[in-house]
Amino acid sequence: MRTLEQTTQEVLDLASKHFNVPEGSLAPEDDFFKKLGIDSLQTLEMLSRLENHFGIELPDYEVQGVSDFRTLASRIQSRL
Amino acid sequence: MLDLSQYQSIGAALKDALEEFSSEICLIESDREREKERLTYRDFKERAHPLAKALQDAGFTPGDRASIIMTNQSKWLITAYAIFYAGGVLVPLDYKLTPDEQWHLLKHSGAKFLITEFPIWRQLSAAPDRSEATNASAVLVTEAPKNADLGEAQRWEESHGSGEPTFVPRTRKDVACIVYSSGTGGRPKGCMMTHENYLEQCVALTSIYPFSPGVRYLSILPTNHAIDFMVGFFGPFICGAAVVHLRTLRPEYVREAFAKYKITYVSLVPLVLKNLQKGLQARFDALPSGKRKILNALVAVNKALTKGQPKLGLSRRLLKQVHDPFGGELRTIIVGGAFTEPQTLQFFYDLGIPVANGYGLTEAGTAITVNDLKPFRSDTVGKPLPGMEVRIVNESADGVGEVAVRSKTIMSGYLDEPELTAETIKDGWLMTGDLGRFDATGHLQLFGRKKNMIVTEEGKNIYPEDIEAVFESLPVKEFCVFAANYIWPKRSMVGEQLLLAVHLELDQAYNEELRREISARNTKLLNYKRIHGVVLYDEDFPRTASLKIKRNALAEQIAKLDRATAFLPI
Repeated sequence: MRTLEQTTQEVLDLASKHFNVPEGSLAPEDDFFKKLGIDSLQTLEMLSRLENHFGIELPDYEVQGVSDFRTLASRIQSRL
Repeated sequence: MLDLSQYQSIGAALKDALEEFSSEICLIESDREREKERLTYRDFKERAHPLAKALQDAGFTPGDRASIIMTNQSKWLITAYAIFYAGGVLVPLDYKLTPDEQWHLLKHSGAKFLITEFPIWRQLSAAPDRSEATNASAVLVTEAPKNADLGEAQRWEESHGSGEPTFVPRTRKDVACIVYSSGTGGRPKGCMMTHENYLEQCVALTSIYPFSPGVRYLSILPTNHAIDFMVGFFGPFICGAAVVHLRTLRPEYVREAFAKYKITYVSLVPLVLKNLQKGLQARFDALPSGKRKILNALVAVNKALTKGQPKLGLSRRLLKQVHDPFGGELRTIIVGGAFTEPQTLQFFYDLGIPVANGYGLTEAGTAITVNDLKPFRSDTVGKPLPGMEVRIVNESADGVGEVAVRSKTIMSGYLDEPELTAETIKDGWLMTGDLGRFDATGHLQLFGRKKNMIVTEEGKNIYPEDIEAVFESLPVKEFCVFAANYIWPKRSMVGEQLLLAVHLELDQAYNEELRREISARNTKLLNYKRIHGVVLYDEDFPRTASLKIKRNALAEQIAKLDRATAFLPI
C-alpha cells in the first residue's frame, strides 16, 4: 500500500511527464491549472492517465473544485 | 412535434409529449463503458409521477421554488418535470459552483426544496455558509450510499408518493425558471424566465434545427445552462427525440459516445470545440504524406461542393474517415455560451460538419441569432431567429453600436432587482451590453463588450465585482477589479482578461511580497475567475457620496495609461 507521500510523488511525476515539464519542477501545493497552464479539459485528460496508472476509477465529482496536486493525491489515496 | 402555440406552460407541453411519444426512447445514460439507463417516455412518466406526488405530499404548492443541483443525468430531467407538473418554479443551479456560492444562490432564489446528488450534498452540508439558506425546508439526495448519514435530507430514490399527483396548470406569463446567468459573489442575477419565453424559443430553434423521434442529442453542457435546458431537454422532449447523458466527461468517453449512440446533435462551448479541432488536426498531421495529400484534396472538393449549403450525405461519403468516428449521423454541432473564433468554425465546415454558431444571452431566452448555414458564414453570428427583433443602438460612424433585442423570449426581469431590470430592459428592449453591427446581408457581427464583464471560452460570465471579496483586506490603500477590455476596448470577443487595479499606500512599493500575496489570493478563485494582471494607479479612486467606487470614472482614468506598460502580469 502506498503512503500519501508516495502517491503525491507519483502524481507529480506523471503530470511532469504528461505535460512535458522538467521533473522536480512541480510541488504538491502547486495549482496545476496555473503551473501547467492547462484548462479543465486537459485536467480531465490528466485524470484518465492517473486512473490508468493507479488502477482506480475517479469519478468526475471527486475532483470538482480541486486545483492542487496534494488534494488530488489525497482523493486518489482514498480510493486505493 | 407538438404545436406549442396550443400550450400555456412547459409542464402542459411535456405532459402531452410523454403520452404522444410514450414508446419512443427519451433518455439514455451511460457511465464509461456501462449503459446505466435507457428510458422510454412511458418509463420517464412512471418515474416522474411518484416524485411529483411525493413533492406535493411534502407540502410543495403551486408557485413554490425548487432547486436542482446535479450533473447531467436522467434524474435531473425527471425531477424538473415533476416540479413543472406540480406547478413549481425551477431554480437550476450550476453544480460547478462552490458550496458557499450554491448556498448563497439558494437563499437568494427562495427555493423551498433542494434536489441534489450525494457528492454535492456532502460538500453542501459541510459548508460554512449552510446556515444562510433558511428557506430550504426539504432536501432530496440522489445516489446516496446505503449507510450514508444524510441528516435531515431524504433519499430521492425513496421519494414515491402513492396515488397520482395533481397536475397544476400555469399560464404563459407565470415564471417557469429562475436562471442565474452570473453574479455569485456580489449581486446575484436571477433571470426570471416565463413559460412563454421557453415555448417561443423552442418554436424558433426547432424551425431551424428540427428534432424528431430517432434524433439523439448528446447532453454535455450543464443542464442548468439555458442552452442545454432547451436543446437537451425541452426541445427534444416535445419532438419525441432522445437525450444521451454521460456520467463522465473524459474526452475518450465523449468521443466514444458519438459512434456508440449515433449522435445527431451536440452542444459544446468554444473551448471544447477548439479541443476537438486540435485532436482532429493532430490526427491529420500524423497521417503519412500520401494519405495526407489525399485528405487535403478531399477536403478541398468538399469545400467547393458545399459552398452554398451543407450537403451532409455527400460530405459523409467523401470524408468517411473523418465522419465515421462521429457516428455518421451527426447533423450539426451547436456551439454556444461564448464567442467562437471564425477559423474554428471554418475548420469544421470544410470537413462537412456544420457548426451552428449563434449569439445569445440567458436574459434573452438563450439564442438571439443563429447561423442558418444558407450559406455558411464563419465571420458572423448569423441572422436573428424568427420572432426576434434586433437593432443596433447608439451606432458609431462605422455602424457599430449596442445590440438591443425585443421578443417574447426576453425574461420578465431579474429576481428582486427592479433597478437592474430597468437598466437592462428599456421600453421592452433588452440592452445586451454587446457591441455589434449588421452587414449588408443581415448577418450580425460582434465587436466586443460595453459592459464590465468577461465571458470565458467555457461559457462562464464573470462580473469583476463578484470576485473582489477574495482580495478583501489586501495590504494596499484600495483596489478594484476590471475587465481589461472595459478599460481598453479592443473590439474583440476572445482573449478577455481580468485585472486588479491597485492604489498603493504612500510609501508602499509593488514588491515581490505583494505580488505573491495577490497571486496566493487569486488561486483561491476557481481558475476561470482569476485575474491575469495588476495595474498600479497612483491617485485616489473616485467614489460616490456613499464611498462606493465609481467604476466608470475610474476605468476612464486608468484608460489614459498605456496598456502595454501598465498591465503587470502576475
